Amino acid sequence: MEQFAYASPKNLKDALGMLGSDWNEAVVLAGGTDLISLMKDYVVSPKKVVNLKGIRKLHGITQHGSEVRIGAITTLDELTSSSMIRTQFPSLVQAAMGVSSPQIRNMGTVGGDLCQRPRCWYFRGGQGLLGMKDGKSLVIDGENRYHAIFGEGPAYFVSASSLGPALVALDAKISIASPAATRTVKAADFFLSPKDDKTREIALASNEIVTEISIPGGSTNATYEVRHKEGLDWPLVTASVALKMSGKQVTSASIVLGHVAPLPWNAAGAAQMLAGKMIDESVAEAAGVAATQGAKPLSQNDYKVQLVKVAVKRALLRAAGIA
Amino acid sequence: MEKRQVMGKRLNRLDGIAKASGKAKYASDMNPDGLLYGVLLTSPHAHCNIKSIDTTEAKAVPGVTSIRVIIGAGKEVQWRGAEIASVAATSEPAARDAVRKIKVEYEILPHLVKEAELSKTGARARPSGEQISGDPEKGFAEADVTSEGVYGLPVITHCCLEPHGQVVRWSGDKIDYWPSTQNVSAVGGDLAKSLGVEVTSVNVDMQYMGGGFGSKFPADLWATEAAYHSKESGGRPVKMFLDRATELSIAGNRPSVYGKVKVAAKADGTMTAWQSETWGSGGMTGGGLNADLFPYVFRQVPNRKVNHTAVSLNMGSARAWRAPNHPQQAYITFSAMEDLAAKLKMDPIDFFKKNMGTVRQDFRPAYERQLAKGMELIEWKKNWHQRGDSGRGPVKRGLGVGFSTWGGLGHDSKCRTTINPDGSVEVEIGSQDIGTAVRTMIAMVTAETTGLDYTRIKVKLGDNHYPASGASGGSTTTGGVSVSSRKAAANALEKLFEKIAPLLNSTADQLEARDNTIRVKGDPSRSISWTAACQKLGIEKITEMGENVGRNAGKEGLITQGVAGVQMADVSVDVETGVVKMNKLVIVQDCGLVVNPKTAESQGYGAGIMTICAALMEERITDQVLGKVLNADMEFYKLASMNDIGEIIVHMDIHPDNDKRGIIGLGEPVAIGGMAAIGNAVANAIGLRVPTLPLTPDRVLAALGGKGRLA
Repeated sequence: MEQFAYASPKNLKDALGMLGSDWNEAVVLAGGTDLISLMKDYVVSPKKVVNLKGIRKLHGITQHGSEVRIGAITTLDELTSSSMIRTQFPSLVQAAMGVSSPQIRNMGTVGGDLCQRPRCWYFRGGQGLLGMKDGKSLVIDGENRYHAIFGEGPAYFVSASSLGPALVALDAKISIASPAATRTVKAADFFLSPKDDKTREIALASNEIVTEISIPGGSTNATYEVRHKEGLDWPLVTASVALKMSGKQVTSASIVLGHVAPLPWNAAGAAQMLAGKMIDESVAEAAGVAATQGAKPLSQNDYKVQLVKVAVKRALLRAAGIA
Repeated sequence: MEKRQVMGKRLNRLDGIAKASGKAKYASDMNPDGLLYGVLLTSPHAHCNIKSIDTTEAKAVPGVTSIRVIIGAGKEVQWRGAEIASVAATSEPAARDAVRKIKVEYEILPHLVKEAELSKTGARARPSGEQISGDPEKGFAEADVTSEGVYGLPVITHCCLEPHGQVVRWSGDKIDYWPSTQNVSAVGGDLAKSLGVEVTSVNVDMQYMGGGFGSKFPADLWATEAAYHSKESGGRPVKMFLDRATELSIAGNRPSVYGKVKVAAKADGTMTAWQSETWGSGGMTGGGLNADLFPYVFRQVPNRKVNHTAVSLNMGSARAWRAPNHPQQAYITFSAMEDLAAKLKMDPIDFFKKNMGTVRQDFRPAYERQLAKGMELIEWKKNWHQRGDSGRGPVKRGLGVGFSTWGGLGHDSKCRTTINPDGSVEVEIGSQDIGTAVRTMIAMVTAETTGLDYTRIKVKLGDNHYPASGASGGSTTTGGVSVSSRKAAANALEKLFEKIAPLLNSTADQLEARDNTIRVKGDPSRSISWTAACQKLGIEKITEMGENVGRNAGKEGLITQGVAGVQMADVSVDVETGVVKMNKLVIVQDCGLVVNPKTAESQGYGAGIMTICAALMEERITDQVLGKVLNADMEFYKLASMNDIGEIIVHMDIHPDNDKRGIIGLGEPVAIGGMAAIGNAVANAIGLRVPTLPLTPDRVLAALGGKGRLA
């Protein structure tokens, strides 16, 4: 990696003051499980690295009425060990456990999970976020087995965030601080599908820091991942569901897919058809089929369409306590 | 076999604790004073000419001690990752920075990096020519059932946990060389030859190695480069190990094989004809699979027609990969034969039994016994069903079988054994422990011979100043070192007996060494403890040599070659997701006389894990536009973790018939048939063939959707 300056501020204000108007100037370090490898592979070479781990305020999980707030540098291990999270948001725990090495869960943070860069091998190999060479997409005619099946392009990578789909389904909000102000965005608006190589895949400026994630309670929720390997690996497709229930009946639902698009993919049509229904095998299966609507697989990844059907069905059955 | 005191016992590795605790130091752990770090500049293009190379800016990087151009201007490069230049510096970051500052102008040339679709390989495909035996047309005409299929295995790599590399210090006329090698006795000479120096000036030291699997025989270019950098720095040691991406791109691979196979049988299962057109690549040279080796194990099918086409790719070259060519032959052969059995509605075990006339007949009893044992261990009768698990639910279970055979004759080996006046016994041998517990086995053989506890034997290996022993390749080490250490110990003991015999009022030929004592045969009351006996040596130690000469070894009766093995797999396949889970892998293997059943089983466990990785996960994924390996990492080059391997049962076929054959190598045969067994188990579970390994969810789903794809 290139040489860089390092700072470990003790408060948020100091940290914000160290960031720049350009990603090459300074980046924040949380768990470092992604950033360090990006730097070692020369995918990013920031002049300055600002460690957030010393900022106590960004740490911890607290309950405020029906809402739970998670500090951005809370580790994935702390998240999965929290009884507050385990009882109210099993979908988050199931998603975080999919980050399948204890070492990464011990170091990796909730904020870092949201901000990590895509794993697309063309991006990681230095071909840019859109995976281009000589003005042509390498993905479309290339090795795209792990790429997107939803979206209009030109980005075909899949969002790497494990927690993203669950947080979008749970209607979480993300607090972001900049030197000037603090703002809050819906998790659904935090993730983007960039139209060019200059744009990031998240709605965060280079001088901003994710500080907190707040999640409203009151939903029945679950995540199901289809995994090739049980050990360290990325899921092939995930589905996170959050259901508002009246007794056994669904009043409203949210179904969000992971690893199928440059952002957590909201299967709104499939979710709408659940309103007023009780979850059973056939309802879950129909929702799975509906969730594939609009899929446009590439040359090697039509198997993901089938995996979407299964992941949605199994997430719903899991949420309903049937499987 | 029952008379033995030490050999045949389940004993722990002598260096197990050292390895598990980190006390064992590998070549990559060596950090001698004044260490410099070497890094390679490798080609970013799969095929190019080098127009110019400028190291001016790189030389100016602080910490850089030397830069060497390996391939200069005007030269052609044939694969991405080929070594162009190397840098030595006082830190690894400085060396990496400098590598990035070497300016190279390339003229990019056309390349080919994919071979799965033979029709797209054009002039790069070189058929070996058809070989025919018997009358294939007649054989197919006489058959009642013919099965045709296309099967394949992609290129995979060795994935040694310790990458290729070494530390080298060239000071004056002396070279200290700490390699990670399978070839301690010869690798120093190999380096000396590249450097143009005397063999005797190179000192090799390697106490432990982190995996080789066939990829670590020579002194690589990296060793030569490190040596020259060391010399240029005035004799500072240079550490140069490949990074993981380079390791997966140029440090060797197992060639791919794809094949169209037609195989036919009578209604009772008797095979009448085999036809295979195979192709594959091991890199630029194409890879040299011999078509005549098809079909595998069940070779004597009366009518055969075979042809193999080697495809030359702009990719790093193949190296031997645990049982070279055998896993590929086994997978293609047993997939095709199992498909034929399924078409006949026959239990594949019955099918293979029916065709036992086509295997080497001296192995037949072993295969038949092993099939029975494997069936028992995997509960074949209870769990096997006709193709397609008809049970409810999306998870389908299936069983499959594969076979293996191998040579494994012990290599040339010399050994020096010393009995010291203090009673200690030292064994010196220029061998290496590639992972088979070589230290432990030499200690056991010596202990068996001298009647001592095996923990009392000090085994010294990993040094080219010790008596020369062969490279660890072809499963030849255990046989080789067992003979040489047996003979050296026996010769030394004979000398000790000659000293002690008068004290016991006996003659040397009447003595025996057992239970840490020397005694008169048939009269245990006339005995002396080992320690007391050695004290009688005064200040003179006894040092004797022992030797195994591979080509004569068979006649002496201590070792031999030729083994049989059977592998069986039990899998569950989720037909909604295509995910395959291992329930159980059973490995039943003969290797003659088993020195240590515990470490022998460990060989089976390791091979089983490699088998599962290759069957379900591993493939080198290349991009034709970029001409590169896309998954040259441990993230998307997938390997199994503990949760992915299920239960592995290794049953060593310990049997008087095998024992009397003497010691035979084991590392390779246990790694051959399992991929076929797993592929067949998946076919049995889901009712159809997934043609190409690895059996990833996308391939399984494609097959279920009727779109089985080749790559």
